[in-house]
Amino acid sequence: MYNPQLTKDGKLKHLLTIEGLPRAILNQILDTAESFVGVAEREVKKVPLLRGKTVCNIFFENSTRTRTTFEIAAKRLSADVINLNVNTSSQSKGETILDTVDNLTAMHADMFVVRHAESGAAHFIAKHVAPHIHVINAGDGRHAHPTQGLLDVFTIRRYKPEMHNLRVALVGDVLHSRVARSEIHALTTLGVPEVRVIAPKTLLPQDVEKLGVQVYHDMNTGLKDVDVIMMLRLQNERMSGALLPSAQEYYKCYGLTPEKLALAKPDAIVLHPGPMNRGVEIDSAVADGKQSVILPQVTYGIAVRMAVMSILAGNSE
Amino acid sequence: MKIHIKNGRLIDPKHQIDANLDIFIAAGKVASIGQAPANFVANQVIDATGLIVCPGLVDVSARLREPGNEYKATLESEMRAAVAGGITSLACPPDTDPVLDEPGLVEMLKHRAKQLHLSNVYPLGALTRQLAGQQLTEMSELTEAGCVGFAQADKAIIDTQVLWRAMQYAATFGFTVWLRPEEPYLAKNGIAHDGEVSARLGLKGIPVAAETLALGTMLHIARETGAKLHLCRLSTAEGVTMIREAKQRGQNISADVSANHLHLTEHDIGFFDSNCHLKPPLRSQRDRDALRQGLADGTIDTVCSDHTPVDDDAKLMPFGETEPGATGLELLLSLTLKWASEQHVPLTQALARVTQAPASILGVDAGHLGLDARADLCIFDPEHYWKVEPQALFSQGKNSPFNGLELAGKVRYTLVNGHIVHEA
Repeated sequence: MYNPQLTKDGKLKHLLTIEGLPRAILNQILDTAESFVGVAEREVKKVPLLRGKTVCNIFFENSTRTRTTFEIAAKRLSADVINLNVNTSSQSKGETILDTVDNLTAMHADMFVVRHAESGAAHFIAKHVAPHIHVINAGDGRHAHPTQGLLDVFTIRRYKPEMHNLRVALVGDVLHSRVARSEIHALTTLGVPEVRVIAPKTLLPQDVEKLGVQVYHDMNTGLKDVDVIMMLRLQNERMSGALLPSAQEYYKCYGLTPEKLALAKPDAIVLHPGPMNRGVEIDSAVADGKQSVILPQVTYGIAVRMAVMSILAGNSE
Repeated sequence: MKIHIKNGRLIDPKHQIDANLDIFIAAGKVASIGQAPANFVANQVIDATGLIVCPGLVDVSARLREPGNEYKATLESEMRAAVAGGITSLACPPDTDPVLDEPGLVEMLKHRAKQLHLSNVYPLGALTRQLAGQQLTEMSELTEAGCVGFAQADKAIIDTQVLWRAMQYAATFGFTVWLRPEEPYLAKNGIAHDGEVSARLGLKGIPVAAETLALGTMLHIARETGAKLHLCRLSTAEGVTMIREAKQRGQNISADVSANHLHLTEHDIGFFDSNCHLKPPLRSQRDRDALRQGLADGTIDTVCSDHTPVDDDAKLMPFGETEPGATGLELLLSLTLKWASEQHVPLTQALARVTQAPASILGVDAGHLGLDARADLCIFDPEHYWKVEPQALFSQGKNSPFNGLELAGKVRYTLVNGHIVHEA
């Protein structure tokens, strides 16, 4: 089947979504990331793999954290980096996405890192860019955030190398989460046998089980004997309204407290894509506790993004 | 102008004719079938060997975009597209700019259309002013101006009191009310079927209940008020079941489906193909199968093009930001034939769904070839495959989910009022 992310000979051309990527490519990214983890610990934190290349961070939706990690990753690979917050410049003047993309192409950028509030925006841009440009999706609407999914499985793999023997639970707002979708595809592609989602029905998409997950609505049963807990962020505007009655009730039912964490395996690890709402989806005692791997996630995020960029650059004709 | 169409296979579903018969046209009307009338000397003879000769198609929903949206399409471009697709009569919804809620606008549209000497245009008037769902339009005046029914296009009437009154008022005069069942709150901001594909792609879903809930309300109010109700663009299996049951109870309703929904499902969205951004959304395979079956067994009376030309730029955006709709006039015949052949529906019955049935819903004398009937005909080659190529379409709307596909059924001649208006 046609896959817009791959070249004709099956190499990674763009990274738009984890869905549909072969396991070998995921492993290639994770293995490459492994070699970059050490770079940050050196005195000179740079490798010359992207020297002379220009990476363009095009953010149609605001983000500081993700943009920063992409920027650091690109700079550690010796690339030149341009940051563009489009929502504050051209788009408000009526310029279309394609106009923006064409303009940046004319400035001889080699790689676009894009974030947009609409699902499918990265696919759309990838379809219309010049053939030599690589597109990395840094989050499109509710659809995908593939580098986040990859850094999460990278983190899991570091702590729990036997992926084929894991029970993983995702907790929270799956409906609106591009992170959840990317995590689910990454986990199932890498052969994790049991992926659970735990959420109230209002925060789960219709037919979510067709993504290959088991559905739970209760933390007490859902967290039982899991090896990995992946918490999802709950947006402020969704805490009270028609989806949920209040942040307090959400915390009571779905917040990860030390008591609920105790239902999981004793050596279970806890992930969160950040930024966290302490006291809403996660208790500080858990977030800062010894089972939390939330800060290592951030560190590995840079290595994983370096891996993706270097692989894409290596696949240029 | 006298025309003799010879050697064709003549199919007229209304008169249950399916035979190799010649047809003779004079003074814009059907003069005779089989034998030439006395002293008939043809000005032109069309050799229809290997072709099917049938009544011109009747399409119950084609947006012509005039007035107000000429950048998307013009009356002339879309009427050319209609005759290229063998469509000789069409109804257009009132969601133009300004909305068709004033008799003057309707007269103007009818007049402009008539001057083109192409298809016959039957406007649907707005049921409420500005389609805002608050104040009734002058339905009687609009009918005098040429409206054949009253519709809300894609705008819902949120206030059920207004919906009730609108149907009561229409029922007073025997006017047909045309509504697309979609509950506006459940469908709010939705862009795809609430199911597997929307879950995967992260597109906001429109649940099946948005259709069935609205449908239930509409059927109920129509029953209470005695209004004649036409239900537009069904999309769900449950909706088909509800219509079937209502018809079995003897309720005076009719229904249509768009040709797109007979063939496509949510999975055709693929990697965010904006040509598949349609209203209502493409749904599951189970829904599509029920629509195909419903059209075959007559639960759904007619299939329409739901022709909605959209300018290219409006489709060149991420899926959710694009404008819904697809071009359809030139595909209706081929997509109907494709459905008939895949569903094993006899050709006469299939053609009835795009001729006799829609004419009856519109309440107009069209879609048949009875003696003295207006000579609106479609002559097509059922075996000829043609490729859907955007630039080759007459319509100004180039967006179709079927672009690049080969379809059987090529229109060779279209006649309106006894004049050849398209030849290919």
